[in-house]
Amino acid sequence: MRTIGSRMRVVGSALVGLVLVACQAAGGSPPAGSQAGASQPAAAASGQAKGMVVGFTTSLTGSLNVESTRQQNGLQLWIADVNKAGGIKLSDGTAVTFTAKSYDDESKSDRVQQLYTTLINDDKADFLISPYSSGLADTAAVIAEQNGKIMITAGAASDATHKKGYTHVYQSYTPASRYLTGAADLLKKLDGTAKTVAIVHENDKFSTDVARALTAYVTQQGYQIVVNEGYDSGTTDFAAFVNKIVAASPDAVMGGGHFADTSTFAKQLFDKGAKAKMIALLVAPAEPTFKDIGDSAIGVIGPSQWEPTVKFSEADAKTANVAWLGPSVADFVSGYNAAYKGDPSYHSAGGYAAGLILQAAIKAADSTDPEKVRTAMDALDLETFFGRTKFDTTAEAHGLQLAHDMVYIQWQGASGSLAKSVVWPESAKTAEAVYPIH
Amino acid sequence: MIDQFVASLVDGLLIGFVYGVAAMGLTLIWGVVRVINLAHGAIIALAMFGLYFLVSRAGLNPYLALVLVALGGLAVGYVVYVLAVHRVINAPPLASLLATFAVNMIIVGTATTLFSTSPYSVNFDLGRVSAGPVTVPGTRIVASVVAIAVAAGLYVFLYRSRAGRAIRAVANNRDAAELMGIPSSRVLAFSFGLGTMLAAVAGGLIATFFPFTVLSGDSYQLKSFVIVVLGGLGNPIGALIGGLVLGSLEGVVPVFMSASWVPVIEFGLFVVILLIRPNGLFGTRR
Repeated sequence: MRTIGSRMRVVGSALVGLVLVACQAAGGSPPAGSQAGASQPAAAASGQAKGMVVGFTTSLTGSLNVESTRQQNGLQLWIADVNKAGGIKLSDGTAVTFTAKSYDDESKSDRVQQLYTTLINDDKADFLISPYSSGLADTAAVIAEQNGKIMITAGAASDATHKKGYTHVYQSYTPASRYLTGAADLLKKLDGTAKTVAIVHENDKFSTDVARALTAYVTQQGYQIVVNEGYDSGTTDFAAFVNKIVAASPDAVMGGGHFADTSTFAKQLFDKGAKAKMIALLVAPAEPTFKDIGDSAIGVIGPSQWEPTVKFSEADAKTANVAWLGPSVADFVSGYNAAYKGDPSYHSAGGYAAGLILQAAIKAADSTDPEKVRTAMDALDLETFFGRTKFDTTAEAHGLQLAHDMVYIQWQGASGSLAKSVVWPESAKTAEAVYPIH
Repeated sequence: MIDQFVASLVDGLLIGFVYGVAAMGLTLIWGVVRVINLAHGAIIALAMFGLYFLVSRAGLNPYLALVLVALGGLAVGYVVYVLAVHRVINAPPLASLLATFAVNMIIVGTATTLFSTSPYSVNFDLGRVSAGPVTVPGTRIVASVVAIAVAAGLYVFLYRSRAGRAIRAVANNRDAAELMGIPSSRVLAFSFGLGTMLAAVAGGLIATFFPFTVLSGDSYQLKSFVIVVLGGLGNPIGALIGGLVLGSLEGVVPVFMSASWVPVIEFGLFVVILLIRPNGLFGTRR
């Protein structure tokens, strides 16, 4: 039922976008509340509307459904907002508007390969946004690169995708290599006597990248890794892993994978009485619905690409001498709430931010020509409500995200009144970390 | 190491009882109806959703809901038999295989449309029981107790009741049973229902402690096949023992090596049993 609901919202958003595009093409007035205000009719009259197709797949079904649907919601909201504002105004008076073309990839790589080919060849997508997850994005990136299409890898943190010599693929997330290293920093700050860490992670591309980088980092920091194992995607019984953790009695447990498996892992850690002082897991803790696992969520820390409490603002951008592109954090949160009747997670924000990055590049290029937009992407140094964006332009890691930083949240409070607090880094925290949790 | 071994063995045995009940359903249907039910996994998944909605939406206690899910499984099995299986019961085995596969696709397709393949879980906690190195969630203990009770109940039903004797008579020789006045069609339909009821009970029990999706039944169906081959096709008690063996392997293997080796060992065993003892450890030659 949720899928039907979200599909209806998606269709609704797309219809709104199409109606607005049609209004503009006919030289009609912009909608009430348009950000373009009174100048919009003049722009529409002097220039022309140019519709661009943004192609992407969403995991409406399959194990990545929760995160992927949120990412799509964010992206659809960006399309609705930019169209409502009359599109991106170029210097020749052209107003660039967007329509979405998307398919359900069923959380499967082979479907992604097939569907991105369709998006490029049949649907004539002008720009591509990746599916959610590093594995699916990696598959889609090959297709984008082969066809010379610009792709923004939203929801995909793997470093490896950007170390294959691609020149058209750009990463909006903080890379996997920096996902859990902050949790290790937090552990060091909270407890100088902590010595042992257990790492249990999903055996997929993203989680393995994170675990590999984390393993190197904590070893370098002097911690002893007492358990280091991967589990297959779709695992539901973590008893064997939890037994190993209980036997090793580590100071901290780190790892996880995606929402479904990580929620289950956290629940079974609690159910089997694992007594780690810190639990830091990927992806799931940042989701608002993580609290549904009740007491098992208490104290769990998770890296987040973004939280509604972050304070990125136009003033910060000015101070850092970096370009700013709205909306503000508060406007995004209220707009998302109004559209989807729920709080945005970082996946939602990442979807919207991917659109903003494309918008900034088109505006900077003053063109929709792919090569000009690509050059603008390479030169981009931007701050949005999602944080800062700047891409590596070296041949070794072209498109890798350099400037965006993670925050770390912890579920605090009692069962029934759990809430997320940002506990790291110091500059972003809204509460002190609870430690030890057991 | 020994503590970890004991804890993992206990975990494996507890889940093994539930695997055993699921496999008993599959083997019962084969033993009596002579049909390999490829809708077995779909019924398990359907039962998980049945329990989820009865608990989360109707507010029922999970174990009361399990009774309703079991009865629902019996009814669904009866209907599936009448609509899809009965007409191909005497056709070559491929026909009944395809018929139950079609039922599987219909159930999975409908459920995917209704619920998507997103994970669901029943938010239910019975606390934990600890003894030495072993800590086990209460839901797993209750699940194994229910599984044992169901297996015992099935045994008593098959060997001590008139209806059970009729089922065994039809399983042994359908023609002779009919000559003795046993309505074989009704017995076959009931047996199919009983088999799906066992699948539903297993699905409902698993849902009390593991999250699930529409597609979760596939892995349990696969395990059921391994267990059935291990315990002997058509032998419900062998299936229960096979479940314990498989559960123990799943629990203990990761103590000594990476958990990724578990399916390799499971299916290696599957092949070995097929090669050296095709009727299973407890199967009888036909």
